[in-house]
Amino acid sequence: MGKTLYEKVWEAHAVRELPDGRTQLFIDLHLIHEVTSPQAFAMLKERGLKVAFPHRTFATVDHIVPTDRREEPFSDPLAQEMLEALRKNTAEHGITFFDLKSGRQGIVHVIGPELGLTQPGFTIVCGDSHTSTHGAFGAVAFGIGTTQVRDVLATQTVAMQKLKVRRIEVNGRLLPGVTAKDVILHIIRTLGVKGGIGYAYEYAGEVIERMSMDERMTIANMSIEGGARVGYMNPDETTFAYLKGRPYAPKGEDWERAVAEWKALASDPDARYDDRVEIQGETIAPTVTWGVHPGQSAPVDGRVPDPAEFPESERAQVEDALRYMKLTPGQKLSDVKVDVAFLGSCTNARLSDLREVARYLKGKKVAKGVRALVVPGSQLVAEAAHREGIADVFREAGFEWRAPGCSMCLAMNPDRLIGDELAISASNRNYKGRQGSPTGRTVLASPLTVAASAVAGHIADPREVFGIGGKDAAD
Amino acid sequence: MPPIKRIQGRAVPIRGRDIDTDRIVPARFLKTVTFDRLGEALFYDERYDEKKNPKDHPLNDPRYAGAKIMLVEAGFGSGSSREHAPQAIRRAGFEALVGESFAEIFFGNATQIGLVAVTVAPEDLGYLFALVERAPETELVIDLEKMELKAGDRVIPVFLPEAVREAFLEGRYDPLEVLLEAMDEIRAMDARRAGPGKRGEYGGRK
Repeated sequence: MGKTLYEKVWEAHAVRELPDGRTQLFIDLHLIHEVTSPQAFAMLKERGLKVAFPHRTFATVDHIVPTDRREEPFSDPLAQEMLEALRKNTAEHGITFFDLKSGRQGIVHVIGPELGLTQPGFTIVCGDSHTSTHGAFGAVAFGIGTTQVRDVLATQTVAMQKLKVRRIEVNGRLLPGVTAKDVILHIIRTLGVKGGIGYAYEYAGEVIERMSMDERMTIANMSIEGGARVGYMNPDETTFAYLKGRPYAPKGEDWERAVAEWKALASDPDARYDDRVEIQGETIAPTVTWGVHPGQSAPVDGRVPDPAEFPESERAQVEDALRYMKLTPGQKLSDVKVDVAFLGSCTNARLSDLREVARYLKGKKVAKGVRALVVPGSQLVAEAAHREGIADVFREAGFEWRAPGCSMCLAMNPDRLIGDELAISASNRNYKGRQGSPTGRTVLASPLTVAASAVAGHIADPREVFGIGGKDAAD
Repeated sequence: MPPIKRIQGRAVPIRGRDIDTDRIVPARFLKTVTFDRLGEALFYDERYDEKKNPKDHPLNDPRYAGAKIMLVEAGFGSGSSREHAPQAIRRAGFEALVGESFAEIFFGNATQIGLVAVTVAPEDLGYLFALVERAPETELVIDLEKMELKAGDRVIPVFLPEAVREAFLEGRYDPLEVLLEAMDEIRAMDARRAGPGKRGEYGGRK
């Protein structure tokens, strides 16, 4: 019987079985940022411990950084204090820190892959649930809490329970205007926000195999929104081509040996899975959320659902979501006005996301009254976007072009919704209050749908606004 | 770490399925380099309006003041990995959560800091909610040795993975000491395994 990639990676990193039945798992790569690490360093100090393997931890600053004015000190003294704490902790323990002036700063899940830190077969952790992103490379990557960040700093290991594996095959092909974001929103709606608890998700099938690394990352990123702590794709030629030549990727003779090892990691054809799901790519539409969790979504050309359509156990939750979102059952989604368009986050702020949107946005204008923001995922993404003229396309269309960070995905910096503003957002979470206002409303969507809605002034189908796939451009 | 065998106290009912960590602690309260004052941030946007006036919420209800147990519904703690969420619950004086199911990262984070999160059958949870909403003064007793919860005139079975239960009973829920025992094996693995910019035995660190 063959093995899954998850099992192979797990076995290669098991230091030993712990008395409580969990496994002590070695961590190849530890990423840290300013929000979930300061307390871990304090705990370390309290116990008189040092960072055991500083060459396996890398830091950046992303959650709290302002995206408009980057001069220090920041207007928010708490944000400045968090940045200073990270500078001090990384300097004291000899940890590489991609600081604001490094030219490599960015969202932790964008810079890991683009610097080649993320590699197939690695175990990767970060005090951040979207660490699942790195699974796109055939790594086993998952979010941990701050006490576990301490454990990794002190021992380069964590205590973990092995997960079951569910293979999700997306076969066939995607229709025009349908993106990786729509695929993962569709998967989450199909399997539920709790469906992945206890599972690692292995994404496979023809649609996934044809995807670029950026697209695969968008999917792996939101595994956690489906309840799965780990999500991964088997490494293939697309993976290797992406990594080749990146600053921290293996070089020369090492490269050849690494690729040979990586190829052997992929799940065996006769591997046993705890569960299998197949989805036909043609059934997936551009998707937007209408509720307050990422599973509450519908095709963009559809309507706000009626709570009566749901099983009785879910009805109260749906009613509550519609009340919060100020939506009416049966209302066309395209009638919903948007106040803010946010293109950013670890889900959708990579170069290809921006490139794809810029291709269609050229010559179009953001609708009057819509505040539109594009926040590139990293300094390297921003630099390339400038070079390619993408930044200019966004500016000319009426988007504000910002500096890299997490920004309005979770609004720990000054970028936030005001009152009950509604944002169409390329981010990953539409929880109540997520974007910084306790009554703010979030509609999750693909970058294309965000841009189409920014142009239309209401939730809009990118196929119509941009004339994708034979549909005529509106007006 | 002291063993945790028994939790006794009143319970506060927090209704709502899939309550995410952004609701437990809104992100703006994460702007801190310590966990010290997080108790005040617990469910902040559900407890207070935009002018900081208290809203109608069980945590603002004096009848539940001093409760040690929080009753919650299915999918509690979904979303971000922020340990700030269980830390806030712990620092607001809670020692245990009783629910139907918990998000995975949240459950692990809670366990490591000694916040007990047990599950009960849905019908038992319904009984408990009704009981404490009707009679907030009711004392609940969670017994981890017997794996049962006494409430009113009922004894309800509670569930916890066996390994986690043992860890609580033996005071081993924070694994750091145990992890540190294997440092020799870990050093050997670090030397053997590839790392960023390093192919283990092939390249050496560059």
